Amino acid sequence: MKFTWFHLMPWPHMPDDFRQKHRSVWVDLPNRMYEPELGHGVYHRYLDQLEYAENVGFDGIGVNEHHANAYGLMPSPNLMAATLTRRTSRAALVVLGNSIALYNPPLRVAEEFAMLDVLSGGRLIAGFPVGTSMDTNYAYGTIPALTREKYAEAHELIRRAWAADEPFAFNGRYTKLRYVNCWPKPIQRPAPPIFIPGGGSVETYDFCLDNTYSYSYLSYSGYLRAKLLMEGYWKRVAERKADESPYRAGFAQVICVADTDAEAEKLYGPHVSYFYNRCLHVYPGFADAPGYRTIKTIQTGALSQFTQSGRDYPNMTWKDLTENRYVVAGSPETVRQQMEELIRSLRVGNIFCLLHVGDMPDDKVRHSTRLFAEKVMPHLRNLWPEWNNHDDRFWVHPMNEPVPMKVAAE
Amino acid sequence: MAAVRMKSRLITLKSSGARIEVAEAGKGRDLLFLHGAGGHMLNDPLLAALATRYRVVAPLLPGYGRSVGEDDLRDMLDFTLHALDVMEKLDLKKPIVVGHSMGGMIAAEMAAIARTEVSKLCLLAPAGLWLDDHPVVDLFSKLPYELPALLFHDAEAGKKLMTAGSGNMDDPEFLKQFLVMNARRLGMAGKILFPIPDRGLAQRLYRIRARTLIIWGREDALIPAVYGKAFRKAIRKAKLVKIARAGHAVGQERPDAVLEAIRKFF
Repeated sequence: MKFTWFHLMPWPHMPDDFRQKHRSVWVDLPNRMYEPELGHGVYHRYLDQLEYAENVGFDGIGVNEHHANAYGLMPSPNLMAATLTRRTSRAALVVLGNSIALYNPPLRVAEEFAMLDVLSGGRLIAGFPVGTSMDTNYAYGTIPALTREKYAEAHELIRRAWAADEPFAFNGRYTKLRYVNCWPKPIQRPAPPIFIPGGGSVETYDFCLDNTYSYSYLSYSGYLRAKLLMEGYWKRVAERKADESPYRAGFAQVICVADTDAEAEKLYGPHVSYFYNRCLHVYPGFADAPGYRTIKTIQTGALSQFTQSGRDYPNMTWKDLTENRYVVAGSPETVRQQMEELIRSLRVGNIFCLLHVGDMPDDKVRHSTRLFAEKVMPHLRNLWPEWNNHDDRFWVHPMNEPVPMKVAAE
Repeated sequence: MAAVRMKSRLITLKSSGARIEVAEAGKGRDLLFLHGAGGHMLNDPLLAALATRYRVVAPLLPGYGRSVGEDDLRDMLDFTLHALDVMEKLDLKKPIVVGHSMGGMIAAEMAAIARTEVSKLCLLAPAGLWLDDHPVVDLFSKLPYELPALLFHDAEAGKKLMTAGSGNMDDPEFLKQFLVMNARRLGMAGKILFPIPDRGLAQRLYRIRARTLIIWGREDALIPAVYGKAFRKAIRKAKLVKIARAGHAVGQERPDAVLEAIRKFF
């Protein structure tokens, strides 16, 4: 198993009446709510937490890209990953990822990811999301019905740019470059491992299988509701006669660990509520621009976007959220059992652990993180012995002797 | 108004292979009608009114109704040339080209690019311009229940028109069909309207030679009536008629007044 400690970096100062005062945490939330000087502390606390996660033994540390929102304050996850290259030495840097359809030219992603891979000594895992509709269409103005064609072209350009040893011309529909010449190029050849965040688009299954990419399902509704979607994925894997390595798939899970189940509710309940009621408060009109999903996906997609917006988070109690496994929470033993069930039932080799939740203060983040690392993770390491608990195709290949980092102040 | 029965047939464009549904009704001079982002309404009151005086020919864009071929249409030039191809294929005789909203944007582009082929032009609350002081509302982020008030001066009556003959939204199968239809239509419209419905038409309007009638609902909440003035100023031989007690769906809300304005002008 590979465990990545994942940070969303939410704005932790949304007021109690946020839902009443604002229709959406994304796209049109006035940024007067953002206070830059408070933000300074928030960023550094969050980066410290990612570094702490490496210290206590997580395999990876993760960041991602979002725009115009208080849900996740990383328009550029690459900046965050860049600071982490200097202060960590072992963990994979999971950038999940760069929305490649948004960059003009998308070569920028090839260059920056190459920089990160070189800076980190070959520790980059590159994520290529299509991006949420809020980010891609509403905040960044990409035409919904052309988003996927643009994405596919950007993907082709990036892979070719990494693979090439000499300049070449790229005559795409959206990007035309007479000289593609990616300096630097990544340490990991021909490319860093690539993870694709998916949310139920059926085309994405085949895209992952065609390219040997890991399918990462990022959901906040927990593993019970993820089963249907992941079964669809594994069915496709079988149809395509690909091997069934669990490392072909990953899942994001909100996790809270305390000494006892009761203590977990007491410690983390308010922050979980903050996350589900404020961070996920998205105006339905921004959730799914017409044309963003393919017709095929809508036809087969079990109306996922509607079940999403129809969910009654404000009235869900801690009991509802934990019993239905939106949140895996409790004592180390409770969490271990549920995580084992999650891993086996979804057949996933990667877990993106969301241990910072909503407006959780630093001491609680570290408490939960340490308990997970010390008392849960070791018991989950050996769940895929037939795969030797590792799949070389879906994890980083750091260089042998990276230079030791010296922090200037030391 | 007497019920007018629209007939529908399919034509195929040799150039692109697109299959296009064409609704037709009425007798008289040829009138080519280009619909807006919502497509045709069931028993569309405007088409019915126009068909009492004209031979109305109303092709549907790919993505609408039974028309397919949307993958090959990506940008404004694609849409414009497609519409000109359809007009040519329909073999109309000096038609009055009428376009509503998105269809008005396409019709204006046709008249600007093929200035000798479009000699009579009628723009009903056309899209295509952008005034910073009067932003066009973001149609794409609106929820279905918000649309009647956005499109009609009389939201209640508009709601009845919009939901006529539709199914039950609580039925999952109907809901799925509705979502597919909505994604096809607005996905297609988004190619020229999202996120801002400006694809450079302003710099081409000077080319239009057609006699042009611009019609606007005074209460248009989607594209404010001030845009009517901007179109009139930019097109050489243009007249602007504003219609009271009408919203963006001016033709559906006040079909007789629109018909009257068209008859008087042409």
